[in-house]
Amino acid sequence: MDWESWVVSTLNRALAYGTPLLWGTLGEIYAERAGVVNLGVEGMMILGAFSAFAVAQSVGDPWLGLLAAAVVGAGAALIHALFTVTLRANQYVSGLALTIFGLGFSGLLGARWVGIPLANPLPKLTVPGLSQLPVLGPALFQNQSYLTYIGLFLAVVLWLVLYKTRWGIVIRSVGESPATADALGVNVFLVRYLCLAFGGAMAGVAGGFLSVEYRPAWTEGMTAGTGWIVIALTIFAAWNPLRAVWGVLLFSGLYHLAYRLQAWFPPEFLKLMPYAFAILVLAIAGLRGARQLAPGALGIPYTRGEK
Amino acid sequence: MQDIVKTFPGVRANDHVTFEVRAGEVHALLGENGAGKTTLMNTLYGLYQPDSGAIYLGGKRVRIRSPRDAIAHGIGMVHQHFKLVYPHTVAENVALGLSGAPFIGPARVVERRLRELAARYNLPVDPKAKVWQLSAGEQQRVEILKALYRGADILILDEPTSVLTPQETQELFKVLERMKEEGHAVIFISHKLDEVMEVADRVTVMRRGKVVGTKAISEVDKPTLARMMVGREVVFRLSKGVCQPGEEALIVEDLHASSDRGLPALRGVSFHVCRGEILGIAGVAGNGQRELVEVLTGLRRPRRGRVVILGRELTGQSPRKIADCGVAHIPEERIRMGIVAGMSVEDNLILKKHHRQPFSRGPLLNLREIRRFAKQSIEEYEIMTPSPKTPAKLLSGGNIQKLILARELSGQPGLVIAAHPTYGLDVGATELIRKLLLRQREAGVGVLLVSEDLEEIMALSDRIAVMFRGEIMGIVPAAEASLEELGLMMAGERRAKEAA
Repeated sequence: MDWESWVVSTLNRALAYGTPLLWGTLGEIYAERAGVVNLGVEGMMILGAFSAFAVAQSVGDPWLGLLAAAVVGAGAALIHALFTVTLRANQYVSGLALTIFGLGFSGLLGARWVGIPLANPLPKLTVPGLSQLPVLGPALFQNQSYLTYIGLFLAVVLWLVLYKTRWGIVIRSVGESPATADALGVNVFLVRYLCLAFGGAMAGVAGGFLSVEYRPAWTEGMTAGTGWIVIALTIFAAWNPLRAVWGVLLFSGLYHLAYRLQAWFPPEFLKLMPYAFAILVLAIAGLRGARQLAPGALGIPYTRGEK
Repeated sequence: MQDIVKTFPGVRANDHVTFEVRAGEVHALLGENGAGKTTLMNTLYGLYQPDSGAIYLGGKRVRIRSPRDAIAHGIGMVHQHFKLVYPHTVAENVALGLSGAPFIGPARVVERRLRELAARYNLPVDPKAKVWQLSAGEQQRVEILKALYRGADILILDEPTSVLTPQETQELFKVLERMKEEGHAVIFISHKLDEVMEVADRVTVMRRGKVVGTKAISEVDKPTLARMMVGREVVFRLSKGVCQPGEEALIVEDLHASSDRGLPALRGVSFHVCRGEILGIAGVAGNGQRELVEVLTGLRRPRRGRVVILGRELTGQSPRKIADCGVAHIPEERIRMGIVAGMSVEDNLILKKHHRQPFSRGPLLNLREIRRFAKQSIEEYEIMTPSPKTPAKLLSGGNIQKLILARELSGQPGLVIAAHPTYGLDVGATELIRKLLLRQREAGVGVLLVSEDLEEIMALSDRIAVMFRGEIMGIVPAAEASLEELGLMMAGERRAKEAA
């Protein structure tokens, strides 16, 4: 294979594989910006993947499937919100529980759907005009998913909201210093619930993408660690939606390259990639002092008054 | 505010308190720590709900359920510990939660009005600066501007001068004058008599949750207020023998260290403390005092420099090694670093010596000896505890501090390092602890006293060093020190001629 087609196909597949990562990461960035870590991304994604497939298969419309995935993802995140925001449980434990619950519950419900290919997967998109460009056309604008472009658009919008609007100041303040926000009459709990629900909806769609578009079928555990990469990418992106785009492209590009080199690597290597990447990012972040970039109140439940 | 009652588990913080403030006056709320001043104001600001009682504004009864209600009623509050989002800009902090700010680009619109307000009240601050880059005085201005921006008619200031240099305090007082002229009502919470006498028009004194009385400032003097505050006569001066410095107990040479954030916190600190002398370290909080104490006690590794304690080179040694050489450490955060809160009083008393005779032999503890030692310490240091078995966390702040002193001073140390030893304590405990420190000095022990309380520094120290941004601005003999000079050094002015 020649050099050009390598680049083209790597970029093309990186965009596809990166789409669920981008959606998930954007959602988790908002949750963490409001001060709540949600390690349940993997669980919300797999629940999203299952509900998207089940609805799409039953109703026949993949878009409705994605809508269902968003609702289910948000619902799962609200469980996490109930425990961590209202009941002030440990965010890490609650998030892990959500992931384990999601993996188990989707497996239980999905048993009878396993192995059936989806009748109506999400259509692919080839952008007219732009797809005719040399190199860039086939790399970026042929056979892409609608969700890829919506995700990129959302990254820009979410960045603008976070840094240039009143809501953004509120969200960031709640994550940095909830006591300050509270003293100025901001409803800290409501903001955290909404951001978590939003993050859950994004993770749900990310999972739905996997089952109605990327591999249009339902398999138990089909997210295969993607949720953990999302957690790592959130840190890698320094909680910034635009940086998330670069992080996602970098990782999914590397992932695809590794996939291409399968002839030389055992397949187990691919499977351990997400986890190795997560550990690597955390180690680098630790060395570079990512604590300083992290929202100040990340991981700490808020209580009013010290008494 | 009428007949306000607020009870916390175990304490009645406000017991039928009635308090009023008029437009165009500065009304001081005076009382010791724990007298219930802040509780009362948090109730007014909607952070707490009173158990009973009513609040009237302009003659009308109002219910304030949350800070949002308070803001809507024109009440603003500057908390003792600032409620600011440090990584954000000044304008963003002001725009936070502001109803009526535009959805897109709120910070820019806020900036414009902020400049107007800043000019009108003489509160200069750059709206685009990040809050963490500002000095404590500037951060306080942001807090005041935040309240003014929201149209506060009543402004509550909780211990506003505790983080300021004397000069910044004077500037704050000018701002308060200006606000009075504009018709605002200012509530000034303090336990410092001098300030109250200087700035207030009227004063309400609280003690143990109750109002002792409200007086016009012209009717009272300092001793009267002190009596009202404490409930008995207070001696303002500690009797202190002449200093007879002996050999050096601590020598610090060109010490450099980083803060938790990895920024330089100590930048070439050099000084010495002699036996039989108290060296006071003054300075506004966060200028390297904490890091200095941590390096000296082995809790933080210095990057450069030397520490010699009682004649032994101990740079970068472990806390146990340093303690074993005769260093007593009275830490800044007494509950977090001074005691193991869940363990009993007697266990806490032997924390430092449990591994040695006579308290243990091999792997076994000698419980009888521990009990005997505990009883003796409790008596000697007047620790009020139901029994030696009581968990230390149930003791009051003053008694916890006495426990720490009992433990630290029992091994006949050669050097005592005391960080904010009386912070937040009532007058009785404060007096006792200061006396204990002076007794150490008389016994020929070197004492390094770090404190933000200038009065305490002036009262106890023989020499005073001032820290600013990780450097010593100068060392002055206490007898020659004036508040103005110390204040200038606290703001970063170097002393013209270094004292020997």
